[in-house]
This record gives sequence, structure tokens and C-alpha cells, in this order.
Amino acid sequence: MMSTVTRANLAESIYSQVGLSRHESADLLEAVLERISLALESGDSVKLSGFGTFSIRQKGRRTGRNPKTGVEVPILPRSVLVFRPSQILKGKVNGEAPGEDDAE
Amino acid sequence: MTKSELIAELAAANPHLLSRDVELIVQTIFDEIVEALSRGDRVELRGFGAFTVKQRDARVGRNPRTGDAVPVDEKRVPFFKAGKELRERVNLVKNKA
Repeated sequence: MMSTVTRANLAESIYSQVGLSRHESADLLEAVLERISLALESGDSVKLSGFGTFSIRQKGRRTGRNPKTGVEVPILPRSVLVFRPSQILKGKVNGEAPGEDDAE
Repeated sequence: MTKSELIAELAAANPHLLSRDVELIVQTIFDEIVEALSRGDRVELRGFGAFTVKQRDARVGRNPRTGDAVPVDEKRVPFFKAGKELRERVNLVKNKA
């Protein structure tokens, strides 16, 4: 059965691994996510070895269409966030031990 | 930004913590996400984004050099979808610049 891991679960792991209070564990989790967000906001990419890389990709202007009415609407240039998982993470979701990943 | 830069920034902002504790915190977070995805679970962090595992069916690929057909097994791939808040933050600054 697939379940969902949330902030509360991650904060609980920090609490049991590091020995900070529950409150501080939750604050630190938030601080980590905020630092990553700030870097991405400034256009920087974030490279977490063993996990993956978050980077910003620029999308050019293109013409879209309202699928209901068929009216053409311009889609303005925008920046989107992309995540590239590391080979280790890709291997692990396929049940491989780290290191035996197939090069693609 | 790399993982060690992230740890250094957090350590500087939290002088009451040991640097190795900050390192353990960062490592714990990403290890837990990897473990969850390995179990096939999803990780949802509101405002930031959600990590999920997508199933890719087996298909016949092609060696781009020789054009030979090569069978590709089914596999699972990690996927991240940015949350609304982060998506908007990333887009806003770029458009102002």
C-alpha cells in the first residue's frame, strides 16, 4: 500500500536522529527547504550528491490554445523548475544496490 | 549550490548547532526521501513540491548510432513536481530580471 511521507514524518526522523526538540526539528526542516528555495529563486541550481539536482529551465514564448474554445492565447516566456534524480536514486527506486546502476 | 554549501549556510544561520549536526539533519532529510521513494511511497511537502515514482512500461528502443532495435525493460523513475508556491517564486524573479 502506497503511503505519503509529509513534513511531520521528516521532522520526526530529524528528532530521532539528531536529538533536537520536535519543535526545532520542524524548524530546521523548514530552514533547509527555504534555503533551497532561495537558491532556486535566484536562478542558481542546487546539486545534492546522492540525491539529485534541481535546476531552472527557461521556456520561450509559444502560442497555446484554449482547448474548450479553440481561441489562441500567447504563453509568455517563463522559468520552470526541473529535478534530475541522481543515478543512485534512480537505481534505488528500481531496487538496485548503490553502485550497480546501469549507465544510460 | 551544493550540499556542502547548503550545510555551511545553515550552520552559519544556526550558530547554536554543531556543523556535524547540521550535516546530519540535511543527510537525514534526503535519506528519508530516498527511502520513501524506494518503498514506492510519495513525499509531499506543501509549498515546495512532491516527489513520486512513475512507472515506465517496457518498450522497444533504438540504438541511435546503428538504428538497431533494443528492448528496454519496464522501470520506475523518480519524479518531482514543484509546488504552487515554489513554482511561482521561481518564475516571478526571472520575469522581473
